[in-house]
Formats: sequence, C-alpha cells, structure tokens
Amino acid sequence: MDALPDHMRPERSFQGFILALQRFWAEQGCVILQPYDMEMGAGTFHPATTLRALGPKPWNAAYVQPSRRPKDGRYGENPNRMQHYYQFQVIMKPSPPNLQELYLKSLAAIGIDSAVHDIRFVEDDWESPTLGAWGLGWECWCDGMEVSQFTYFQQVAGVECAPVAGELTYGLERLAMYVQGVDRVYDLNFNGREGDAKVTYGDVFLQAEQEYSRHNFEYADTAMLFEQFKMAEAACQKYLAAGWREGSNVKEHLMALPAYDQCIKASHVFNLLDARGVISVTERQSYIGRVRDLAKACGEAWIHTETGRAV
Amino acid sequence: MPDLLLELFSEEIPARMQAKAADDLRRMVTDRLVAEGLVYEGAKAFATPRRLALTVHGIPARQPDLKEERRGPRVGGAEPAIQGFLKATGLSSISEAKIQTDPKKGDFYIALIEKPGRPAIDVIAEMLPVIIRTFPWPKSMRWGARSAKSGSLVWVRPLHAITATFGLETEETDVVKFSVDGIEAGQTTYGHRFMAPSPISVRRFEDYEAKLKAAKVILDPQARKDIILEDAKQLAFAQGLELVEDQVLLDEVSGLVEWPVVMMGSFEKEYLAIPDEVIRATIRNNQKCFVVKDPKTGKLTNRFVLTANIEAPDGGKTIVAGNERVIRPRLSDAKFFYETDLKTRLEDRLPKFEQIVFHEKLGTQAERIKRIERLAAEIAPLVGADVEKTKRAARLAKADLLTEVVGEFPELQGLMGKYYALAQGEDASVAAASEEHYKPLGPNDRVPADPVSVAVALADKIDTLVGFWAIDEKPTGSKDPYALRRAALGVIRIALAGKHDLVPRSLLEMHIKRIRPGLSDVEIANVGDSFKDFFQERLKVQLRDEGARHDLVDAVLQLGGREAGIVSIVRRVEALGKFLDTEDGKNLLAGYKRATNIIRIEEKKDGREYVERPDPPLYRQDEEWALSQAINIAKEEATAAVASEDFEAAMRAMAKLRPHVDAFFDKVTVNVADGADKEKLRENRLKLLNEIRDATRTVADFSRIEG
Repeated sequence: MDALPDHMRPERSFQGFILALQRFWAEQGCVILQPYDMEMGAGTFHPATTLRALGPKPWNAAYVQPSRRPKDGRYGENPNRMQHYYQFQVIMKPSPPNLQELYLKSLAAIGIDSAVHDIRFVEDDWESPTLGAWGLGWECWCDGMEVSQFTYFQQVAGVECAPVAGELTYGLERLAMYVQGVDRVYDLNFNGREGDAKVTYGDVFLQAEQEYSRHNFEYADTAMLFEQFKMAEAACQKYLAAGWREGSNVKEHLMALPAYDQCIKASHVFNLLDARGVISVTERQSYIGRVRDLAKACGEAWIHTETGRAV
Repeated sequence: MPDLLLELFSEEIPARMQAKAADDLRRMVTDRLVAEGLVYEGAKAFATPRRLALTVHGIPARQPDLKEERRGPRVGGAEPAIQGFLKATGLSSISEAKIQTDPKKGDFYIALIEKPGRPAIDVIAEMLPVIIRTFPWPKSMRWGARSAKSGSLVWVRPLHAITATFGLETEETDVVKFSVDGIEAGQTTYGHRFMAPSPISVRRFEDYEAKLKAAKVILDPQARKDIILEDAKQLAFAQGLELVEDQVLLDEVSGLVEWPVVMMGSFEKEYLAIPDEVIRATIRNNQKCFVVKDPKTGKLTNRFVLTANIEAPDGGKTIVAGNERVIRPRLSDAKFFYETDLKTRLEDRLPKFEQIVFHEKLGTQAERIKRIERLAAEIAPLVGADVEKTKRAARLAKADLLTEVVGEFPELQGLMGKYYALAQGEDASVAAASEEHYKPLGPNDRVPADPVSVAVALADKIDTLVGFWAIDEKPTGSKDPYALRRAALGVIRIALAGKHDLVPRSLLEMHIKRIRPGLSDVEIANVGDSFKDFFQERLKVQLRDEGARHDLVDAVLQLGGREAGIVSIVRRVEALGKFLDTEDGKNLLAGYKRATNIIRIEEKKDGREYVERPDPPLYRQDEEWALSQAINIAKEEATAAVASEDFEAAMRAMAKLRPHVDAFFDKVTVNVADGADKEKLRENRLKLLNEIRDATRTVADFSRIEG
C-alpha cells in the first residue's frame, strides 16, 4: 500500500477508492466479480448474491454493481440523489464470526479510521418484498452518516438460508464524497488527477443523469414497458418450466440462471413503470407480488442445481 | 451467600429492545431460581449495545432438601397400579412404602420421597442454556456456519461470549460450566469496541462493572442517560441556551453508545426559517441528535447536540464536522420541501387524492374526504360549529398528506397542514382543524375544543368506523389494524368533553349509505346493532379507566324506549351510581331483588306469569294501597324526569318508593294462608310485586346490577 501513487489513493480518486475496497476483500478470500450485465435496483439482485446465498456451499464474493433507481433521478440537480449509482457488494457464506471486524478494517482501508470517526451499528432490518427476502442487521453510521448496510440474510427468494450469509453494501459515491470532502457528487474526483487531466464524476455521469431522468419520468414508452413486463414474466415461467429434470433419484433444474435474468428484467421494468407514475397504489402491490413469485420460483429452481443444492 | 454474574456479549443489540431484554433476563433467571428453591436476596440487570448483564446476589449455595409424601394405591390394589406407583416414586419394592390407615376408604400406601438439594451452581448451569435458547427477543436470527443445521441458536444478533461466575464475595468465584451452541461460558469479556477491545477477565459483579468502566464501558443505562442529559444541558447552558429535552430520544441514544461523549454542533442560520418542528424532526429522526432553544424566545437555535461513542484524539473535531456535514444537506432538503410545499395551495392538491386508494372497498381518499365534508357539515350544528368553516376545514384537513414535508416526516401530519393553511390565509379555526382533527390520538392526548375541529374530528372518526362496519372489517381480539377502538374512544371522549349527546346508531344511519348505497334497512339495522354494542363496550372501557361504575352501563341503556346518547348514558350511570350508594338506593335494590325472587319462584311453581295490573278492590291491607299509590306516583315522576334527562330527579322519585316497599314486605304475606279468596289475593299480591319491578325499569334495569 505504501507504493500507491497519489492519484490512486482512496481519498483522492473514486476509482482508487473502489480499487482499495476490491483489494481489501480480495485479501479476505473473496472472488472479485465484475458487475452483472443487466439493469437492477441494487447489488443484492446480482445472482452472485440472490442465488448464491442459497444452498449449503460456501461462497465469498465482492463486486461493484451499478444500481438503477429510476424514481431517484433528479436531472442532475440534486447534490447526492441519482437514478444511477454504484454499490459495492460483499457476500460471505457462511457469515464469518469476525464479519464486523472485517467491515471496520475495510473502512480503514479506504481511509476511515475508527479511532477518529464515530462508527456505529444502528438497527436496520432489511426486507425486499420483490425478492421474498429478509434479514437482520444494521445501517453502519460514520459520524452520523449512513455509509453501509450490514445484513445477515435469513431468507432469500422464499428459501431459508442455511447457512446464513452476511451481506455488506457500501454506497460508494456517498462514502467517497465523505472521504474526499466534497458536498456534491458531481464534484468527486474520479481519476485522482489534477488540472487538465482531472476527470470528475460529473464529467462521467452528469449528462447521463439528465438524459435518463428525462427518459424515466417523461418519455419511457409505457405501452412497451407493460408489454416487456409481461414478456419477461412469461419467459421466466417458461424457462423455469422447461428446466426441470427428473434425475435418477433427484429432481434437478438446468436453467435457473436464464430464468432469473428474466426476473431481474421484470423487476427493472416495474421500477421504470413506477417512476412514470402509471402504476396505482393497489396495482403496485400486485406487481411486486408477481416479481416475488418469479424470484421464489427461481430460488426453488436454484437449490436444485449443481451449485445450489445440498452436497 | 454466593452471587451470580451473567453476561451475554453480542453484536449490537437494537436500542429499542435493550431495556425489555434486561428485564426479561432478570425475570427469567430469578423466576427459575425461586422455582428451584433458590430464594435470592436481590437482582439487577443491565444492557448496553453489546451486552446484557445480570447480577443476582445472596443465592443459597445449595437447594434445600425436599421431603415429600406421595399417596399411592390401596393396599391389596391391582398389580399394575402398584408397579406404576413404584416407578413414579423410585421405590425398589412396595415394602419400602409406609401404610396409612383410613377408616373410611381402607389402607393405602404412602411413599416418602427425599430429594436432597443440589449445589446451586449445578442447578444454574442447567437453567441458563434453556433461558438463553428460549429468550423472548421480538425478532431473532441465525448466523455463521452453525446455521446450516436446524436447531442452531437464535439470538437478536450474533452472540459471541458468555460470562457466568458464581461464588462468595470473599472467595474466588467459579465459572458456571455450560455451553450453548458451541459458546462455552467463561469469565472473559471485552471492553469498548474501539477504545479498549482487549479481553478482560472478571470474577464477580463488582470487579466486572469497575473493569468495564476502566475499559470505557458504562454498564448501567441509567448512568449513561444521566451523563448524556447532564452534559447536553451543560453544553447548552454554557452558550446561554437551553436543551430541548426528549425522553424517547434520550432512551434511544443511550442504547447506541457504551461510552457517551456529548458534543455540540451547529448549522447555518438560514435553516431557522423552517418551522421548528420540521428542524427537530429532521435532526432527531435522521441523526438522533437533540435540538437547542433560546430560553428567551423559546425558538430553536442553530445548534444541535450529538452523542458520540468514542473519545477521539482530536477532541471530536472530525466527528462534529462530520455530523454537521450530514445535517446540512438534511436541513437543506427539509427547507426545499417546505418551500416547495408553500408554492401549492392546499386545495390544489386535492385532485391527486382521486388516485389514492384509501381502502380497496372504501374507495379513494378523495371520496373519503367528500364524505367527511358532508358528515362534518351535518355534525356542525350539533356541536355549535359554523357550517361553512367546518366544510372548508374538512376539505383541507388531509391535504398536507400530499406535501413533501409530511411525506418525509409522517409524524408531522396535521401540524404542517396548519402551517400551510395559515400561510395561505385560511381562517384560524379552519387551519387549526388540520392538526386537531386527528385528536385524541391516545388516552393521554388532548381532545379538540374548537367547534370546527370537533366537527371535523368526529366526522373523520365516524367515517372510518362506519366504513369498516359497512364492509364488515371490525376489530377482533387483539387485531385492530385500523385502530378502530381508538377512533371510537376518540368519539366518546370528544362527546363527553363537549357534552354532545351523540347516538352511535343514528350517526351510522346518517352516513352508511354514502359508503354502501345498496344496503337494505334490515342490513343497516343489523350493522347498527353491532355498531351500538361496540360503542357500549368502548364506553365501559372508558368508564372503567376513569374509575367509574362501568358495570352500570347495561342497566341504563334501554330507558325511555329509545337508544340513549353517549352523554346521557354517562349521566344515567352517574345518577344511578350515586343513588345506589344511598341507604334508599341500597334498600330499594334489595327490595327489588326480593320481589323478583318471589315472583320468579311463584311463576315457576304456577307455570304462568304475573304481569297483569293488580286489581285494587283486592287490596286488603293499607300497605298494599300505599305501595300501589307510591308506585304510580314514582313511575309518573320518574318517567317525566327521564324524558327531560333529569336523572337525579328520577332517582329521587324512586327513592320515595323505598319505605312503602319495606312496609309491604314487613306487613303483607304474599302466600295467603287461608280464606275463600286466598288464591285471588295471592295472585293480586304477586302482580303488585311485579309493579315494583316494572316501576324501577323507568330508571334502570335493576336485573343488570350486580351485588
């Protein structure tokens, strides 16, 4: 770490900050994955978390996941609210006994010293109605600011977690803003350089925020999206139905992952429709229920696959 | 006698659960100790974010020996009975049993069982794992590798260590040996997570508490609260300011730290343009910080008080700066929300309610608001409110639900409506209704007083109640998801406070067709019965809570042939209660009971009823004449008094009956012994007794009064 050039230091550059987290969790034995190539609302949706949290086999992974929350778009005008941002996700199954200590060390690795900062674990029970998942844990506070979510998964996709996985989710922009000492996300130094060579978060993402806000709130084609929702739902069900095999003496599933992709798609399409304000309060519940049914069916399929099943 | 020290060391326990958990731990352990014959001298439990601790002192070192006699089968009884007896008592042969002689039932066996007491430490080692495994956390979880198997330990958050020692004050203590799901009880705990994380070896409570303190952990939650409150007050005072005390927040904050360090931060003065309640909600809910006011003006200042969990080497500068950086955008958001809200008039928000479903079967919020407006306009004249103002108030009362500030801080609903209404120039009582119409929110909340607020508050609650009655979703048992009991209690309290004699069934009949137009009269009557009964039950609860004679409610319900209003029922109960406390009342009640008993017995014997009017020519004694006349007068007076709602006068009229009833029982024999017309006289006297019963019914149904 001593040899780290200035522009790579976590308190100087957003990318250096991400790399520091990746390096830290790689040291803990995590598989460092790249983002999943689909639009999703949170890192938890990544099959490396949702599906891999199920079944008895150990699994340790960490990855950055771009998260899309169409409703949170503010046309680039809000200092810290965006429809697209990064989450850093860590999943460890079974949850190691020292997960809290590891988390605190990871903060130290990105420049947050727990001797100087007031770090707190404040109750926050996590539940995802769309994923049929819940867990207990905390919001992690640094000097009064929520910087991470810490959850012990109890159930995912309707399946009891056995063993339990520990999940950490870092809000990268918010943490980086704190470490860099900037009040507006678009002012983050992305590449750690100064002068002409400096690239800010705004250089990378501001235009995207403006365009996508316009799209999400005003122009997203709702007729098409309603159709896409139905198609994704139907496809998911179709792949699930087609994937089941009666083996010699065990039932197995051969297409849990492609089916789950359609569940992710349905979820994101629903979020877009929700942002367009075309889903009424009562319909909302029914859409969430439909996505949850898909997620549960995928979870059920997953625990009958090679990776997901017992022994 | 020895002491027990127990500590359960875990990851962070939610603040809101700590106090009850400490109490549960103390209760469960001491209950078990007592059940095991180990009567202790004292016990105290503590909680911090990372530990539950319990000290029990003065536990006997051993359980007392128990001697018990158990009765067995008859001597010479069946062999299986004898075998069963031997098995249950542990005797090896029946010759070890004593024989007891019973002159009535014959001889039988008695076993003398002697159970020697066990060392207390063994008993404790057995009970603690059970207590830990069955601990009543509101929500608990599994964790780690062991959670792969079913039956693994559940706890509020991962449990890491158990300290359990037992021993005399003057000697080395022993570790209570047990383990739960792989965690061995020992005598090692840990200090503050950041400032003193090393293991600490402890022997008993005194050194445990002291060593923790040295390791920057204040065990006693009350001590942490005292420190936070004192330091916070002091910090404010030093600036010439005053802390806004907040017990709920204090409880929570003390559950978030093991070593409270109180500091003061500030924010830009421009945010003081936001209403104080919004600033406070922002700082309190999101940041768990206290706000500070200027004692001269009573208004908030641009300071806040935070409680950190560490003593930082820089004196907390970084922490304060960090908190300020978080609070600033929060207040900036709040200010933006508030200013945005002010740009839209409340009435312009109403169309949006057409999109919001209140309840699947009860339509949209817009429909509900229209109903409330109509009902409030009807109620207005009954409570002395201006009809136009009431309608306006009802229309606007819920509009703030669609504002940004209330979206962010739901607890400010109503209050923000008032601010926004005043800002757009509404009449003061129209604006006030926005806040007041939700009241009373609980038994300790105040009741609205302004007539406009009263009308809207009643209409709001009655619409909710009638609505859920109309769709048959009434509260059952402990389930009352729409807080209908609270709504009914609110109606009752408002009615009583303002002396508005509301009749629940009439309110329902007035309103129910607006919700379900298709209901038939029979259906409405049925729903009305249930509605009336519900209110009667609630009224009893209310009276019981006030310490009034709730048992008299049933006795006064059916007076004057029509359903009584809420105020009238309570007046009757009061008058009847006072009357029953007097000698006249007690004796009349006794006379009534005597009369009804006699009639009941005779009616049963004769297989007929005696409900006809008595025949005056058959009166043979003066007492009969006198009673008959007294009854007529009492009835007449009481009926008139009840009709004019003067229950005290009605009771006075009844009181006049008493000497004549007493005299009748004294001098007149109902079961006439002889004479040619003895049967006719007997019947006539029974009919006269029935008249007593009948007369009392003008003021109360005495059969519903106990005692």
